[in-house]
This record gives sequence, C-alpha cells and structure tokens, in this order.
Amino acid sequence: MEHAEHKQQATLKSYAIGFALSIALTLAAYGLVTERVLVGGTLVAALLGLAVAQLVVQMWFFLHIGEETGGRLKLATFLVTLMLVLIVVAGSIWIMGHLNYQMMSSPGAMQKYIEGQQAF
Amino acid sequence: MNAEHAREVAAAEFWVYLMTDLIMFSVLFACYAVLHTATYGGPTAAELFSLPNALVETLILLVSSFTSGLAMLAVHANKKDRAMAWFGATFILGAAFLVLELKEFHELIVDGNGPQRSAFLSAFFSLVGTHGLHIFTGLLWMAVAMVQMKKKGLSTFIVSKLERLSLFWHFLDIVWIFLFTVVYLMSRIA
Amino acid sequence: MGRILFGNLTWAALPHEWFTVGGTFALTTVLAFIVIFLTRRKLWKKLWKGWLTTTDPKRIGIMYIVVAAAMFFRGIMDAAMIWIQQATSVGSSQGYLTAKHFQEIFTAHGDIMVFFVTMGLIVGLMNIVVPLQIGARDLASPFLNTLGFWLFVAGAILINMFFVFGGEFASAGWLSLPPLAENAFSPGTGVDYWLWSLQISGLGSLLGGINFLITILKMRAPGMTLWRMPMFTWTTLCSSALILASFPVLTMTTLLLWADRYFGMHFFTTDFGGNPMMYVNLIWMWGHPEVYILVLPSFGIFSEIVSTFARKRLYGYSSMVLAAMAITVLAGLVWLHHFFTMGAGADVNAVFGLSTMLIAIPSAVQILNWALTMWKGKIRFTSPMYYFLGFVALFALGGMAGLLLASPAADYQLHNTLFLVAHFHTMIVGVALFGIFAGMTYWFPKVTGFTLDEKWGKRAFWLWLAGFYVAFTPLYILGSMGAQRRLDHYAASTGYQPFYITASIGLGIMLLGAAAQIMQLAVSIRNKKKLADVSGDPWDGRTLEWSTPSPPPFYNFAIVPEVRDRDAFWEMKEHGRVKEPETYQDIHMPANTPLGIYIAGFSLLAGFALVWHITWMIVLGLAGAVVCVIVRSFDEHTEYVVPAKRVEELEKARIAAQAQARP
Repeated sequence: MEHAEHKQQATLKSYAIGFALSIALTLAAYGLVTERVLVGGTLVAALLGLAVAQLVVQMWFFLHIGEETGGRLKLATFLVTLMLVLIVVAGSIWIMGHLNYQMMSSPGAMQKYIEGQQAF
Repeated sequence: MNAEHAREVAAAEFWVYLMTDLIMFSVLFACYAVLHTATYGGPTAAELFSLPNALVETLILLVSSFTSGLAMLAVHANKKDRAMAWFGATFILGAAFLVLELKEFHELIVDGNGPQRSAFLSAFFSLVGTHGLHIFTGLLWMAVAMVQMKKKGLSTFIVSKLERLSLFWHFLDIVWIFLFTVVYLMSRIA
Repeated sequence: MGRILFGNLTWAALPHEWFTVGGTFALTTVLAFIVIFLTRRKLWKKLWKGWLTTTDPKRIGIMYIVVAAAMFFRGIMDAAMIWIQQATSVGSSQGYLTAKHFQEIFTAHGDIMVFFVTMGLIVGLMNIVVPLQIGARDLASPFLNTLGFWLFVAGAILINMFFVFGGEFASAGWLSLPPLAENAFSPGTGVDYWLWSLQISGLGSLLGGINFLITILKMRAPGMTLWRMPMFTWTTLCSSALILASFPVLTMTTLLLWADRYFGMHFFTTDFGGNPMMYVNLIWMWGHPEVYILVLPSFGIFSEIVSTFARKRLYGYSSMVLAAMAITVLAGLVWLHHFFTMGAGADVNAVFGLSTMLIAIPSAVQILNWALTMWKGKIRFTSPMYYFLGFVALFALGGMAGLLLASPAADYQLHNTLFLVAHFHTMIVGVALFGIFAGMTYWFPKVTGFTLDEKWGKRAFWLWLAGFYVAFTPLYILGSMGAQRRLDHYAASTGYQPFYITASIGLGIMLLGAAAQIMQLAVSIRNKKKLADVSGDPWDGRTLEWSTPSPPPFYNFAIVPEVRDRDAFWEMKEHGRVKEPETYQDIHMPANTPLGIYIAGFSLLAGFALVWHITWMIVLGLAGAVVCVIVRSFDEHTEYVVPAKRVEELEKARIAAQAQARP
C-alpha cells in the first residue's frame, strides 16, 4: 500500500528535526526562567515567543500543516481558531482587568482614584 | 463518496473538531489568566509548582510525540509490527506522564491545596486536569487502535483512524507547550 | 444503602405540587397516546427502521422540526403563564404564581425557545435543504448527524424531567448567572438540570456545526464553486462557523459552573477568590454569537424567497455574501454590550459600543439588496413574501432598538428593562421565526409533495404580525418608562398594568396565529390531492432542490448534477438541460444505525445521574456511551450500494407515476 506520496515529506528526517528543535526551545525557555536571565514583562514576552515558535515547529513538522491535500483548509481553520483564542484570552484579560479595577477591592484604590480624578 | 474522498472528509472533520477543542482550552487559559492571583491568602503558584517536575513531564510528552510520529512513518511504510512497537512506546510514555501529574495533584491535595482551596487552584486543577483527561482519552483510544491494528492489519480504514489518533496526540503536546509556559514557567515571573 | 443506590434522589422529589403533577400527567398522557397508537397500528418496526435509526438528513430534519414544534408548545405555555401573572399581579394581588415559580418559568421559557425551538427548527431546515441545494446525497458524516439529533432529544427530555423528578427547575434566568446559580443560593437540582440539558444538546449542536461546515466545503456538486452557492447554503456555512467558534465556550463555561456546584470549586463564587463577573464575560462570549446563529439562516431563507417570487436574480450576490461574512465576524467582537452596566469603564464600553453599531451596516446592505431584487421584478405575493415584508418592518424596528441599546449611555437606562425584552423578541420572532415560517411554507411541498393552503397561511401571517405589535409595543413603552424585566409583582402606582394587559391580548392574537397554522396544516392535508406538487418545482424555483421530485427519492439525485452558474437550476432550465439521464450509476448510501440513539440514551442516563449524584449510574452512562463509540469504530460496513439497475428502475417508476398524475 502506497501511502508515502500523500504526505508532505513526512520523513524520519523531518520528525527528527522537529523533535530536536522542540527540545531546544523547551530547554531555552526553562533556562531563561531558572537562570533568571530576564524578569517581568520581557520574560513574559520571551517565554510566549518561544512557545509560539515551538507551536510553529510542531504544526509544520508534526501536524503537517504544509501538505498539499487538505493543507490549505487546515491552515485557514487554524488561523481563524488562533484569532478566536486570542479574542477569548486577551479579551477576557482586558475586560476582567478593567472590571476588577473598577471594583476597587484593593486597599488604597479609592484614594488613588480620587487623586487621579482631582476635579471630581 | 469514494474511499479516498471519505478519508479526506473524515480527516477534515476531525481537524475542525480539534480546533473547537482548542477554543475550549482557551476558556480554561483565560480563567487561569484572570484567576491565578486569587489565592485567598493561600500559597501562590511560585510557592507550589515544581519546575523540574514540569520539565520532566514536558520532555516525556515531547518524546512521546516523536515516537508517535515514528509510529506513523511505520504505518505508511506498511510495517505493522514496528508501528505497534512505537505506539506501545508512546502509550508507556503517556502513562508515565499521567502518573507524574497525578502524583503532583495528590501532593497538592494532601497538603490542603486542592481545587476547593481558592479560585487560583480551581483554575489550575481544571486547566491541567482537562489536559490530563484528554491524555487519558488518548491512551484509551491508542489501546483500542492497537487492538484494531492487530486484528485488521493496515487497511485504509485503519490507517485513516491512526492518522487522526496521531493528530490528536500531537495536538495535546502543543497544548501542553502553552500549559508548561503559562502555568509553570510564568509562575516565576517576579 | 439508599444513598449509594439513589444518590440524592428521595421520595420528596416525586411530583406533589399542582404544576408538577399536572406536567407529569400531561407528559405521561401524551406518551401513552403515542405508544398505544404505534402499538395498535403495528408501526414500531417501520418507525425504528424508517425514522429512528435513519441517517437520511431529510428525515432527521423532519424529526428535528417535530420535536421543536412540541417544545414550542411548552415554550408558549410558559409565555402565557408569565403574561397572565404580570397582567394580574398588581398592588394587593400577588397573582397566581409564587415568586420562585415565576422565576423558574421565565428561565425555562428562554432556554426552551432558544435551544430547543429556534435551534431545532433551523437545524431541521438545514438538514432537509442544504444537501439538496448543493447537489449532495447526504451530509459529510451521517452518523454524527443522527447522533447530534438524538443528543438534542436527550437534552429536551432532560429539561422536562424536573416535572417528574425534583419538582424545581433553575430559577436564575435563562443563562443561570452566578452567584445566584451557585450552591449557596440555588442548592436544589434545578440548575443541575439546566446544566446537563444544555451540555448534552450543546454537544449535538457542535457536532452539527462540524458536519454542515465540512459538507458545504467538501461535498458540493461539480461546478458549484463557493460563489455559485445559494444564499441559504452560505448563511448555513456562516452559522456553522459561529457554532464552532462559540459552543466550545458554552461547553467549558457550564462545565466550570458544574465544577463549582459539584466539586466545590471557586470559579464564580463570591468567596475564596471566585469572580462571578468572569462567568458573565464567558457566557456572553457564547451568547452573542448564538443569537446570530439564530438569525443568519433566516437572512438566507429570505434571499431565496425574494429572488424566487420576484422572478429575478438576487441583486448584489457578492455584497450579500460579504455582508453575511461581516455579520459573522462582527458577531464575535461585540459580546460586552450585554453587560455595559457591569462596570468595565468608559474605554471598554466605548469600544464594544462601536463594534456593536457596526453590525447595522451589513444589515442595511442586505435590506437594500432585497429591495433592489424586488425592483422591476414580476412579484407574486405568496405567504412567504408576506412574511418577508413583515420581517423587513420588524427587522428595521428591532434593529433600531438594538442600535439604541448599543450606545452604553442609553443602555444604562434601558438595560434589563422591558425595552431589551422587546428588542430581542422582535429579532427572534420578527427575524428568526418569520424566516422559519416563510422557509417552512416555501419548502413544505418539497418535503411532502403538496403545497400549504395559501388562504390560511395569509391569515396566520396577519394574526402573528398584528399579535406581535399588540404584544410588544407596550413592552417597548414600558421599558422606556423604566419597567424592569422579570417582575413578578409591581405597585399599582407605576401605571404599568394597562400595558401588561394589552400585551397579553397581543399574545392571545399570536396564539390565534399559531392555531391558524395548525388549521392550515389540517386543511392542506385534507386537500392534498388538489394541492399536489407534481413537477417538483411549484414556485418556478432557481436552486437545485427544485430539480428533484417532491418528495425527493432517498438518494436525492439519480445523477449528481453539473453546475454551471449561480441559481444552478434556473440555468439548467434556461439552457434546456433538464432531462432524463441516459445512463445510471451505482449509488453509495449510508446505512441506518441505532448507535445514535444508544449513545444519546447513555448520555441522558449520565446527565440524570449527575443531577442526582448517583455515582454508579454516572459510571454506567459514561461507560455505555464510550463502549458504543468503540463498537462503532470497529464497524467497516457503514454504507450500502444501490446498484445502477435498481436506480434506473426506481427512476423510471417515479417518472411514470408523475406522468400519470399530471393532467
């Protein structure tokens, strides 16, 4: 049975490359945190960047998002889903952050608000 | 619908289902992002999560993703026994992952840091636990698939199922990358 | 021992209030009638083979509509009970319902009408029409189709089960908002029934979304590019995309509420760090796309109807498609307008207010295109066209009300008043329901082989339209006066009562409209020979479904048609390509399967067991469903072949019968 020609170069080499890259990206992220190379916002950005990089690696090498049969539909639906995921996560963080801020549940928040308003 | 078209259609349907699963996970990620500071006076993520343990879990899952890829290469080369062996290896690695995760859960619960302790812990257990449930489902599926492979060989019918299984397994590893990053690595931001 | 066997279920859960006794009695009577009827006529085998285990989307679609119609009856009863309470419960009178019972009724009314009536009717129409419109013989996955239907039924059963076991339904509004929906304030089984009924039927909806998306993308007839698809198929595609984008959010959010209730977690509680506002945020992330899922198909239906009855190509096809896509995308970007008043601040409110107002633009584009389609057309004013005109008026009215609500400043006045209630009912009745009524009239001959009586159809339309205005205009006024929604009692000094009473009269008129529809059905069945649709094309239609006989054979098309243009059938008629095929081919059809019912049955069992915390039953239900799925996965013989010779026989017999029937 010839299945080989259906797949986009799904060879041992491509799986091995994907695997090696993923290990490298994982260890890099781990090292960034344990060796305290970066902190705060920059660390968040770097970690997310490394995660996204590994996502792309795995989508390409493991999930064969570049293959000819069905590849376009896969990519299109994946990009739409990615956008939805961003809306759900970022949207929630943005909205809930604002709601929590307005709750003024932390001590001194009311004071800060009044000071900020000044002309209130 | 001929067999080739049917296989294409089934693959497309499964991919779309995976996308909806991603959206379900995004809700859990959103909850974790919003609630992870709501510790209600209890211990924080930085205090509770062991990074080395998480790294080991990550590497196990990564290797299992690789072995499942090797299994699919064997399937497409029509090498049934080799495919069985690699799927077997994937299964064992997946089971090992679950054991480590259950151990972590058990330790947390025994210390009084179960999901009922705070919103933060509810979010943690649900996010990581849902992923774990997916792994468990994948293992169950893998066992059934291996039985089917043994009984029916590598017909188109079986191969298309195995393709979906391996897709599922890779997808779970991808979700774990973000879990590892957001829950474990980012617990040490400060 | 009793705890292990029965969980939290006790004798006290059995019916002992007037409405639970009444409800149980009604349900068992109807069930008994059906069972006795089927047994006496020896119809069980036929029912099982022809309908219950079928994978034919035409039959599954009819079953969806039948179940939805039955649930419509329940939903209208709930509406009537609400209205009578609100019309009479003034000043010293407390009406006839307790506050708690009233809350359960408006909760049930909302859930039933949205999930089981509107969704059911729409998915039913999609099942019947879409495969025919794209020249396909079935959906991409016939198995998922029957499974999705039976999960829908399981959810419908579960939402009615409290009549028999438990005696109370959820009373926290149709979306069960925490903290009211949490254990602390809703300790009974009501919210749990809500949870599992929606979870199970929601899974069915999700499967349907996947199925329709892939069917439309991958199973169109040769030559039918995306830009040659009929508008109803386009809007089905858009609705399916929205289902796929939003239902996972509903699934997970309700699961988290369940986790709070069942395991004592703290996602949305008021203590231990929980945040009820997160639930509101998440549930509306699903909730807003949901309402567009409900109205988009109607836009498609009206596009078909206007171009058919105006005997003209749809004007501005491309802009219609783009408008549908724009509405689909925007639907996912506006959800915060449901909670402007929750306090996210001016910045956030402004962004979502603007995005909400943007939806007015594609809506207006659609209306313009319909009007331009009618311009200089040879219009036949059939009852579907009547529904279209009523829809345009109500769409404009409800849309403008929506535009007003989209402004956060105005919304602070109008949020959760009757103004909001009037707005969304205008959209659901005036847009979604009128579209469904029009579509059902339009496609009725295709399904049954005879048209509906036009006289009664027009009477029903006028009653619905007049009833709607009489019922909801008072609500717009009351809302502007500040009347809060969901009021079970109010002071006489508010001056609300005359408006509530007027609204009740309106409901009565709408009920007459529903009665007229039943009359229409009865009269049509009696006259079905006279009203017979012999040619299969009673309206001189433009799309492929009209190229098949009425009703179509189980395989839809003997030969898969070749499409050369938009309005595929019109093109075939214009170029004389409508004729008997010269050779026939083997046809592959999906076999029946009982596994849809079995899996849904196990899910129903598990859902019931989860409500009552009966652990062994939960395990049994889940395990049973899983085993069925595994059994299915071993089945290699899910299709059967209809040999070319047999197809030829069937086709020749059908054509001969048609020739005889024609005068």
